[in-house]
Amino acid sequence: YIVTIRVKPDHSGVVTDGVKHSMNPFCEIAVEEAVKLKEKKFIKEVVAVSCGPTQVTETIRTALAMGCDRGIHVEVSGKDYEAMGPLQIAKIFAALAKKEEASLVILGKQAIDDDCNQTGQMTAALLDWPQGTFASEVTIDGEKVKVVREIDGGLETIKISMPAVLTADLRLNTPRYATLPNIMKAKKKKIANMKPADLGVDMVSRVEVLRVDEPPTRLAGVKVETVDDLVAKLKANGTI
Amino acid sequence: KWAVMCLLLRSGFHLMVVLLELPEMHQMMRQTCRDYADRELGPIAGKLDKEHLFPAQQVRELGAMGVMAVEVPEALGGAGMDYLAYSLAVEEISRGCGSTGCVVSVNNSLYIGPILKFGTQKQKEQWITPFTTGEKVGCFALSEPGNGSDAGAASTLARQEGEEWVLNGTKAWITNSWDASATVIFATTDKSLKHKGISAFLVPMPHPGLSLGKKEDKLGIRATSTANLILEDCRIPLGNMLGSRGSGFKIAMQTLDSGRIGIASQALGIAQAALDCAADYAHKRTAFGAPIGKLQAVQFKLADMAVAVESARLLTWKAAMLKDAKKPFTKEAAMAKLAASEAATFCGHQSIQVLGGMGYVTDMPAERHYRDARITEIYEGTSEIQRLVIAGQLLKEYAS
Repeated sequence: YIVTIRVKPDHSGVVTDGVKHSMNPFCEIAVEEAVKLKEKKFIKEVVAVSCGPTQVTETIRTALAMGCDRGIHVEVSGKDYEAMGPLQIAKIFAALAKKEEASLVILGKQAIDDDCNQTGQMTAALLDWPQGTFASEVTIDGEKVKVVREIDGGLETIKISMPAVLTADLRLNTPRYATLPNIMKAKKKKIANMKPADLGVDMVSRVEVLRVDEPPTRLAGVKVETVDDLVAKLKANGTI
Repeated sequence: KWAVMCLLLRSGFHLMVVLLELPEMHQMMRQTCRDYADRELGPIAGKLDKEHLFPAQQVRELGAMGVMAVEVPEALGGAGMDYLAYSLAVEEISRGCGSTGCVVSVNNSLYIGPILKFGTQKQKEQWITPFTTGEKVGCFALSEPGNGSDAGAASTLARQEGEEWVLNGTKAWITNSWDASATVIFATTDKSLKHKGISAFLVPMPHPGLSLGKKEDKLGIRATSTANLILEDCRIPLGNMLGSRGSGFKIAMQTLDSGRIGIASQALGIAQAALDCAADYAHKRTAFGAPIGKLQAVQFKLADMAVAVESARLLTWKAAMLKDAKKPFTKEAAMAKLAASEAATFCGHQSIQVLGGMGYVTDMPAERHYRDARITEIYEGTSEIQRLVIAGQLLKEYAS
């Protein structure tokens, strides 16, 4: 994921044209968990969903090659895509979860481009479903899910009823590499196409990005001899 | 953009249709191999090289992905894909680690290849299926101390004794030898018939009467083992002959034809890795007040490297696609191997030059790419043999 990110000259965002896009790593972990649950026979079918322009189908195919059964591509492009944020995506996911009668919605805890960490939580709220976020361990027990969550203070274990929303954290699992035979099989799996309007979702954003800037260049540091000097300098520049 | 050329032959009139992108499945396959190479091979390639370690765990993982038996039908445990997919896989794996790419290529093309083409169903089940998972790898024993390019002069002998073949002789330069569980080996069954008297055999390893010489200490691809195979009254059942009696030379030549595409792919991976290293360095290293990528001398080198790799890659893909279309591909495979191996040595050399002193030390991978590249001009047909093959085919075309 080492890419040189450049801010657009008009400061409206970052340059995404010509930048190789791939599945968000936390979502890879989510896909892996879903496929594992299917392999353990806790769930019957895994549907991979992605919202965005045409290129997004490549990512869905990768999910199919990892073991998902079918895909849904919700087409969002142009200005709608640029303005699309967690709330719009959450609305789409909520609508699809109801339509597909899903028992679980599993996603990455956050996307590594915007680091929002909101979509999972919003989806659960819109559905009025319980949520198990930052999951580092998921165990299905009948109609309930035991989730071990990574939180600032350590690990928290909760038990929630299905249907539920889970978001995957780093240590939940190690995603498999798509095997060549599975890539072959993925070719035959179906990807359905739809638009947000088909799900009754309005894509208007309530958030307007005013400006995007690069972080300030890091300045050289100053070396001090003693702890007292350090405290004095920190006091002098108003840090403490 | 990846250009794919689809060659349609119509009564001696060639039509080339240029498509803009590789088929989606091939792109996905290439990506999964690239991801694996970046994450699992790149970080350990230096160590494997330095300590001459066979990447057993990685080979098992690649086996689980289907990479150790790309062309083998699913019914036999393989991935059931085509030769273009195989070429892409070997290139990406080699880009991460040249040695691992070699192991993949030898197992696929040189060991499984001939058995898939010339073996009976029973032989395929016995000698291919266990070698698809990465748990076992095979090797190919044609060269001898007395003959490399002169393959028709096989002095290893096989005589029939009752229900057994008894093999005697020495094979040299056998890649994977110390790590292999079986070999396809060539021996003379009828000396008077010269090269038409050579037959191919399947021998398990280890096996009574078959011993290994010392591991060669090589310049490059050091994570692979290379050694002599010594046969002293090595007895195998009659059913272990591969193909018909006397067809050994034909089997070897046809196997090497396909193997050349594999080695071309390995060379491409090494060349690309060398180019990546140089281009990255050109961005970061500053001299004369700017990144050295601003200097024309460096730019010309990078451009020449890129052209060498891309043109060799297109030749390699063409050869692979001709093979997949069941059209003759001997000339194209030889051209691909020649172009790719010379591109690899060229890129390895120039990459060190771009890096300057840093290219000469083991802190950077440039020196390893330089060393790994060198073998690609030698094995599976030296560059000189490739030229003879190409010229032979060309002259045939002009003769009519």
